[in-house]
Amino acid sequence: MIMTFAAFLGSLELGMIYAVLALGVFLSFRTLNMPDLTVDGSIVTGMAISAVICAGGGNPFLALIGAALGGAAAGLITGLLHTKLKIQAILAGILVMLAAYSVNLRIMGKTPNIPLTKSTTVYKIADGILPPKYAGIVLGLVILIIIIALLYMFLETRLGFVFRATGDNEDMVKACGVSCDNMKLLGLALSNGLVGLAGGLLAQNQAFADINSGTGMMVIGLASVILGEVIFGTKTLMRRLVAASLGAILYRILLAQALYVGMESTDMKLVSAIIVVIALTLGLLGEKSSKLTRFSAKFIKRRVQR
Amino acid sequence: MKNLLEIKDITKVFGEGTVNEKVALNSVSLTLREGDFVTVIGNNGAGKSTLLNCIAGVYAIDKGSIVLDDKDITKLPEHKRARWMGRVFQDPLKGTAFDMTIEENLAIAYYKNRSRGLSPGITSKDRELFREKLSMLEMGLEDKMTQKVKLLSGGQRQALTLFMAAITEPKLLLLDEHTAALDPAAASKVLALTDRCAEDPKLCTLMITHNMKDALKHGNRTILMKDGRIVMDISGEEREQMTVEKLIEKFSIDNDRMLL
Repeated sequence: MIMTFAAFLGSLELGMIYAVLALGVFLSFRTLNMPDLTVDGSIVTGMAISAVICAGGGNPFLALIGAALGGAAAGLITGLLHTKLKIQAILAGILVMLAAYSVNLRIMGKTPNIPLTKSTTVYKIADGILPPKYAGIVLGLVILIIIIALLYMFLETRLGFVFRATGDNEDMVKACGVSCDNMKLLGLALSNGLVGLAGGLLAQNQAFADINSGTGMMVIGLASVILGEVIFGTKTLMRRLVAASLGAILYRILLAQALYVGMESTDMKLVSAIIVVIALTLGLLGEKSSKLTRFSAKFIKRRVQR
Repeated sequence: MKNLLEIKDITKVFGEGTVNEKVALNSVSLTLREGDFVTVIGNNGAGKSTLLNCIAGVYAIDKGSIVLDDKDITKLPEHKRARWMGRVFQDPLKGTAFDMTIEENLAIAYYKNRSRGLSPGITSKDRELFREKLSMLEMGLEDKMTQKVKLLSGGQRQALTLFMAAITEPKLLLLDEHTAALDPAAASKVLALTDRCAEDPKLCTLMITHNMKDALKHGNRTILMKDGRIVMDISGEEREQMTVEKLIEKFSIDNDRMLL
């Protein structure tokens, strides 16, 4: 069974949002080479801030900026725990994720769910300008293109160069006169800022914020990044950014398709984990035999197109 | 010549108070003059690398002081000292960012002492300069500037790292057995390049080597370390008379690797 066209458009729309998340995870996981679990908390921080501002009648675009800043703050705290207090990166992320749960609840005024059905959101504004069927996709695409362009420009600056080198080789970065700690702080703030923005968009798109919706978001982001790398390659920097975004979109389509072949929506986390395992394995095979990967990639592409 | 680096009585102890306590440096003093090219030899565990790492700021020292060009750098962190120092490591993987291109690596080193703002990471003017300078290495790297460093051989990487270390003309060039992991042909090529980097413009250089012949052949001064102390410091006439055999006789060096 193949999904309907409307469902396909729905996955595209969501995919644009998850692409922002994937770019955030790309920054920490690939560029800094650091597994950052803050994501599961900072995405809800973004949702919460975005929802509270929208529900209070505030400007939904300002709400998105607030969401990004909230996420960045969470990332900065993880970075400080890791660099200044020397806590392992993965543990620092878990600690902030845990703490963020309480903070997010406070932001949301101690209610686990904020509905936005009656509030103005960026998606409702877009619906008023463009044909509603495509408005969400166009809006998401515009935001995504702006972010990719800004990120690309940043990563091609002098600062961006050393930032990228930090994940490759800390000794070399220090020998070139740059503090690795500062680069990590910057990277984690930037990464979680994007994650928070994705959360803010998500809350406005689905018209509610839920305190429990962060679980597994880091895995989803990672799955998108790896899926993108396996299928679209890693040759140039721009290619890597676009690959992570396309990976996220493809991932949404795969999930939607899984629903159509009869999987329960409650099984989605299991499906997510399985997709990550498959994507990781394909990456591994890619190192051993690019031929096999090309075949697998073609196979997946064909499945998606069908 | 003016004194450039003054190391006074530095001591470094690892694992102090434990059964594994090891005095890596035992009040070592060393003064380098401008333009000195000093080779450092000694057995494994003699404290050669520790000395270099203490100068570079990788380890904080327990006692003593380090003054570079009249500035006390004893308490400065590694990345702040780096502006006056170029370093090449023993491990060819350590000196470059492997997933970035040759020109990107060069640009990172080239902008070491300038602001790391949001101006373009590399300009076409930089590219021209890099191409011109790389062609002097005669390794064909100038035609591979957009290739990722992970595709280079160990010798090419060490040459590139050396080049990156010297490109900003630092006050001090620190080489930690930078040819030890290379095959003999690549090692001699990198050593020849080292001589050129240290000569023009004249950089004060400290080179650790396992090879006594190289130690006497390169540079103008040789020191020998043993058990965390400098036990020999020769230059000029005395150094010219010195041979590998005399060194072995005098200091009962027991490492076969050093004889080659």
